Amino acid sequence: MKIQQISLFAENKPGHIAAPARLLAQEGIDIRALYLADTQQYGIVRMIVSDWQKAAALLESHGFVVKVTEVLAVEVPDRPGGLADVLGALDGTGINIEYMYAFPYVREDGAILIFRFADPDEAIARLQTAGINLLGRDELMKI
Amino acid sequence: MNAILESGVIDCHPASVPDYTPVAELRDLQLTRLKAVVARAWQHVNLFRSRMDELGMSPDDLRSLADISRLPFTTKSDLRDTYPFGLFASPMKDVVRLHGSSGTTGKPIVVAYTQEDVDVWSSVLVRCFAGCGLHRGDIIQIAYGYGLFTGGLGAHYGAEALGAAVVPTSVGHADRQIMLMKDFGVTAMCCTPTYFLHLIERAAEMGVDMKDLPLRAGVFGAEPWTESMRRHIEKMSSIEAFDIYGLSEIIGPGVGCECRRHDGLHIFEDHFYPEIVDPETGAPLPDGVEGELVLTTLSKQAMPMIRYRTRDITMILPGSCVCGRTLRRIARIGRRSDDMLIIRGVNVFPSQVESALLEVEGTLPHYQILLTREHGLDRMEVRVEVTPQMFNDKIGALQGLHDKLQSALDHVLGIRVQVALVEAYSIERSQGKAKRVIDRRTS
Repeated sequence: MKIQQISLFAENKPGHIAAPARLLAQEGIDIRALYLADTQQYGIVRMIVSDWQKAAALLESHGFVVKVTEVLAVEVPDRPGGLADVLGALDGTGINIEYMYAFPYVREDGAILIFRFADPDEAIARLQTAGINLLGRDELMKI
Repeated sequence: MNAILESGVIDCHPASVPDYTPVAELRDLQLTRLKAVVARAWQHVNLFRSRMDELGMSPDDLRSLADISRLPFTTKSDLRDTYPFGLFASPMKDVVRLHGSSGTTGKPIVVAYTQEDVDVWSSVLVRCFAGCGLHRGDIIQIAYGYGLFTGGLGAHYGAEALGAAVVPTSVGHADRQIMLMKDFGVTAMCCTPTYFLHLIERAAEMGVDMKDLPLRAGVFGAEPWTESMRRHIEKMSSIEAFDIYGLSEIIGPGVGCECRRHDGLHIFEDHFYPEIVDPETGAPLPDGVEGELVLTTLSKQAMPMIRYRTRDITMILPGSCVCGRTLRRIARIGRRSDDMLIIRGVNVFPSQVESALLEVEGTLPHYQILLTREHGLDRMEVRVEVTPQMFNDKIGALQGLHDKLQSALDHVLGIRVQVALVEAYSIERSQGKAKRVIDRRTS
């Protein structure tokens, strides 16, 4: 259920995301999801890619500071209340969301929520109990 | 005193008489005092005596002033190594004042004064101020820091001894400084030149034009500054700006100062004997050749300094000054031979930055110090490359790291710095080593 996400440190300056994106493109690595968390000075680029091991090695060999973290991917219908239902399943459990981001996909009017939890195993249990669909790696790549 | 009359100077004060001592008489006085201070250090300071023993020398070997170049040097690390009282030549019952300045280890270096030393210090400052054309009736605002730093109290006692009215504001609170300058009709200002630039700009923002104030002189020191900065200050404020030189190890401010000719700084060499040496070999250099300034205190009681390596690069200017003073002059100091940075008058070493970074992370990331000048004040940014060990993909964690680095640097350096987290390998390296300091403080 856990999905490997790659994070990069980038200064908040023009062109600083282009270089890693170009590297991945050259090696035929597909970026499935990308999110940028930024401050005035710097940012963190978070990506889910088609081949995380290859991507991490490639970026590191080019001098980037890379961190691999495990996140969960939740599928929700793209409609009002989709997110609220997922979060509702976590209410009162004390499970802490360290961060999250969402992206829609076109094919079936769905959206994917990416979560990083302090305790992913506990979160998996809770979400599954509530009948929420967690995507595996392969399913995410097919979207 | 004939020289005074001939040169037509009017900046005379009774305390300034030694400034005009005939050269031969001055050299005799220096030799007499040099013998006495070397004997004193030899008798009371273990480190000095053991170094003389190693060289097979005794105070009796000093027969002429030229023999000074045979004496061992004293360095800043000697002060650190003997912290706190190891170089004192007077018992504590005779010491009336202790001052300190920053050092790389986090402990200050300590300097001591007997009453006689304090009186000499005041007298040389009177001679500085008199040479700047200040006298009784002037209102002098002292905006050097008061405290362990020698700048504030040194200038304060000197200005009082001159007979001026002193406004002891210390540094900071720019708005209040400007208000007092205006309301009190302050005629002279003592502070770092960059702080004065800041005051000029702040005054303009407050709608005060410095040119309209009675202020007519500024005695600026504690950091190197340039001729172009002087021109800027004088143009913006309609004052005459003087460069004053000094260092705590020797006495504090007042080792030397410009006269109204602004052609180098006269060293009060009846108390402080100047030499210029090759910073690499320590060999004496002739007048007119740039090298490291070495100073010997000729009359200091509590803490004699024999051949102290100042690390300041300058030269002894050949010839005599039109002002009539017989005191030799050094060129204005533009740089230092070691890596010490002077930021807002505070001594900062790159090694202090390293120790702060090490303290936070346990490893030393690549870093770079970027110095700029904004609104007349030095700004220090420390750029730190984010290593895999430091990197975390949560913004909050990175912000926490940033804040930890910031507070460690503030704590170690004692001044406010800006920390910037930058990408790995973004700091340029030459031959594998990062360039540690970029100084863009042009003026």
